[in-house]
Amino acid sequence: MIEVISKETGNKEMVINMGPQHPSTHGVLRLELVLDGEIITKVRPHIGYLHRCFEKYAEQMDDYAKVIPYTDRMDYVSAINQEHGYVIALERMLELEVPERVEYIRVIMAELQRIASHLLGIGAFGLDLGAFSPFLYLFTEREKILDIFEKVTGARLLYNYFAVAGLMRDVHPEFKTDTAEFVKTFRPKIKELNDLLSYNKIFIQRTANIGVLPEKVAFNYAASGPVLRGSGVKWDLRKNDPYSIYDRFEFDIPVGTGEVGTLGDCWDRYMVRVKEMEQSLRIIEQALDGMPDEGDVMAAIPKRIRAKEGEIYVRTESPRGELGYYIVSDKSASPFRVKARAPSFVHLSLLPAISRGSLIADMVAIVGSIDIVLGEVDR
Amino acid sequence: MAAILIHAAIPLTIILVYALVAIWGERKIAGFIQDRLGPMRVGGWHGWAQSIADLLKLIQKEDIIPTNASRFLFKFAPFMMFAASYAAFAVIPFSSAYIGSMINIGVFYLLAVTSILTLSVIMAGWASNNKWSLLGGMRSAAQMVSYEVPTIATVLTVVLVAGSLNLMTVTEMQAGNDTLGFLPNWLIFQNPFLIVAFIIFFISILAESHRVPFDLPESESELVGGYQTEYSGMRWAMFMLAEYADMLLLSLLGATLFFGGWNSPFGDFMGGPAWGFFWFMLKGLLLVFVMMWIRWTLPRYRVDQLMHICWNILIPLSFINLVLTALWEVIF
Repeated sequence: MIEVISKETGNKEMVINMGPQHPSTHGVLRLELVLDGEIITKVRPHIGYLHRCFEKYAEQMDDYAKVIPYTDRMDYVSAINQEHGYVIALERMLELEVPERVEYIRVIMAELQRIASHLLGIGAFGLDLGAFSPFLYLFTEREKILDIFEKVTGARLLYNYFAVAGLMRDVHPEFKTDTAEFVKTFRPKIKELNDLLSYNKIFIQRTANIGVLPEKVAFNYAASGPVLRGSGVKWDLRKNDPYSIYDRFEFDIPVGTGEVGTLGDCWDRYMVRVKEMEQSLRIIEQALDGMPDEGDVMAAIPKRIRAKEGEIYVRTESPRGELGYYIVSDKSASPFRVKARAPSFVHLSLLPAISRGSLIADMVAIVGSIDIVLGEVDR
Repeated sequence: MAAILIHAAIPLTIILVYALVAIWGERKIAGFIQDRLGPMRVGGWHGWAQSIADLLKLIQKEDIIPTNASRFLFKFAPFMMFAASYAAFAVIPFSSAYIGSMINIGVFYLLAVTSILTLSVIMAGWASNNKWSLLGGMRSAAQMVSYEVPTIATVLTVVLVAGSLNLMTVTEMQAGNDTLGFLPNWLIFQNPFLIVAFIIFFISILAESHRVPFDLPESESELVGGYQTEYSGMRWAMFMLAEYADMLLLSLLGATLFFGGWNSPFGDFMGGPAWGFFWFMLKGLLLVFVMMWIRWTLPRYRVDQLMHICWNILIPLSFINLVLTALWEVIF
């Protein structure tokens, strides 16, 4: 057994490996923990088990559009949002006009995907804390979203649906009614979730005052998305730096309140996600009303995309936070460089800062509450 | 000799049949709670043979012993765990006609024997030479030792009212239907403090048998498999069996102490030894069902919160309850 003597306390400490095959590290994350009893004195995340050379692949593609399927595979839980960021970056770079109908469909799809991603995130969070059934209830709801996606795109997880200045194909004729039906049935489920899990006494005891992320630390580590909002910062790129047609919709930015514990604890991050699902429903409703019934789903663009020499950075709000794409073009057919700024990667670096001094059981809660997807961390 | 063998075989049969039914039942209940079907294939009707198939699979599995494990202790721990809960069944009165061993210190014996469970869990955790197992074993030792205190205090409350340590005698005195004119003479209806005692008892047995929300020793999302991490095949199955046996044992103890054991809830109607066995198992299994129901509903506590509940809430409460029960007995 590897033991180290702590310099500060003089206690014997144990080094323990959490992952890469641990049930609650959400994939292949390996955490090296130094324990004093059950108290964590040091955390060192080790990544790279899921590295698939996204950036190098992107450089090797002979077409900008061929990168889109690879973006799917970064954050496989919210593939649509990943595609969305990339195609917006390309469209801005090439200065392309996107048809109205496409924008609406994209927003609806992106928000549905956000709900699906949050459902998985909070479901797995509950599962980490031992609540098995809510996970399956939430999965039932997620299935309904995936059914809609399957009808539209033909796939359930990795869609390859958004194209440059358009969509791969038009939506299914029943898309509007299906989505409206889902919105109607899903609203009451959020209340049920709050009754069963969010305000459960044991759940609150396990998550309140745990893994507190103060606003200042969040800024220093460049946190974004629900993690940043959980610390009480009103920052959402859909409002603060609107892309697509998000400036047309009315919705709120839920932030952490410290309602049951300290501002910025695990419960706040969790609750921000729950409230965000409601806001996404609001956006979907408005988008369904505004969506034109007829229209092209593909702008007239040249078959082969050739960008001018230059570079662009576009950031969008993925379910996990600020997803940025930095694309450099050298006038050739393939991108010179594509870099993705993955929110999960940034949030993972927060781990040592917020988990010092907590117990192993809290570690599980903290990892669950920052909701990382390892595919996006490693890319 | 033959008599001893028969007395040994009867509880063993009950445990084994119960374990097969309960494991299948738990999966069905979980399925029902979670809007799914659970096992449906093996054996035809609602997958009734699923646990038998699982058992056959486990028997065939390779028995892996880690190289650096302490071989003897590692091999021995699961059997010791099962032996502990199995031995305790000797003093459980299954019906008016059958009890394994009619000893006058039945309750005392039962509590003493089940304490061995803790030992075997530490043994398994330590002998595996795995850090996760060790953490699981340590947690479980702390948990079981702590929760034995409120369990014993509440059992003592019942003994105080019943005036006997013999579970058969305790059951016999709960016969009849006179309480408030219509209720059975079960101890839980005898005085208000016994209701409190039952609640404390039930929480404590949840913790003692490692059920949610107190399933920390084997909480799979934190400690992988806890003390069972390194076990495989039949040895792992022994842990599983012991766990389910322990659950039944404590539920049956609860049924005996608070719900009239093998007494029929309708007085003489459906009475007699055979029906007695039926009523007794029904009461025990209902408690087991509640434990399963809780498991699939609640999240789990953290280890320090668990200790807090035990030492700061349950133990003082159970002792105050004991004193108040004594006063009630003196006054009325």
